[in-house]
Amino acid sequence: MQKRHLWIALMLAAGTVPARAETIQVTIDRLVFSPATVEAKVGDTIEWVNKDVFAHTATVKGSWEVMIPPKKSASLTLKTAGPVDYFCRFHPNMKGRLVVVP
Amino acid sequence: MSIRHTAALAALLLLGTAPFAQAADKPTDPQIAHIAYTAGVIDVEAAKLAIEKSKTKEVVDFAKDMVRDHEAVNVQALDLVKKLKVTPEDNATSQALSKAAAEERAKLAKLDGAAFDKAYVDNEVAYHKQVNGALETLLIPSAQNAELKSLLETGLKIFQGHEQHAEHVAGMLK
Ligand SMILES: [Cu+2]
Repeated sequence: MQKRHLWIALMLAAGTVPARAETIQVTIDRLVFSPATVEAKVGDTIEWVNKDVFAHTATVKGSWEVMIPPKKSASLTLKTAGPVDYFCRFHPNMKGRLVVVP
Repeated sequence: MSIRHTAALAALLLLGTAPFAQAADKPTDPQIAHIAYTAGVIDVEAAKLAIEKSKTKEVVDFAKDMVRDHEAVNVQALDLVKKLKVTPEDNATSQALSKAAAEERAKLAKLDGAAFDKAYVDNEVAYHKQVNGALETLLIPSAQNAELKSLLETGLKIFQGHEQHAEHVAGMLK
């Protein structure tokens, strides 16, 4: 028991405990993603909460797409690091950005 | 006609918002509600024609998006006028819009295949541009009620999105 506590304390001190994956919410209200830019880590989940009566998407050209039905939520777990710009395929004037760190 | 009205009319004509030119006099909220609703109905009708006639997946998908979004906006518009106890009032602008739309639909109905697709999508770009211009320069600035103004602002973002979406589809057809 004692030993394990010490081990955990050491890991915390050294910052080697992998941070737990988080769920980060992005709200869609009147065709606006907010926050427009989200910083996240690989393994985190982005949850888009659509308050509009319109269907939207979060789309990355040539990569992934999440459909977000009206008044519903949809999620995506981030698998790769790097910044990505996404947009809504139905309303390309809606834009967002994810900055994903390893 | 006063100088101000002439200037407003000239500005609208320059923007290419022809059916809206007749509304150089500031429209009232009941008229604005009617114009916005009519603009949505027109796009839904054109989209239904495209769903029926087009065999191109991108065009049919786009048309279905138009039906879904404009019907959703119009449900909100009807809820709002009911809540505000406003009766939408028919007016020269709504009538000019409907007339121009009927002519466009008659033109489209005679086309088939790639010619139809191109004419429909090009008209969608032009139509959304025209409505955006009217929303920005005439309808939103004229709206008195804050909730109506806010709904029109959401409508503008929807229409601007559709304009870009239509431009994208037009690019794919080339
Ligand atoms: Cu959208």
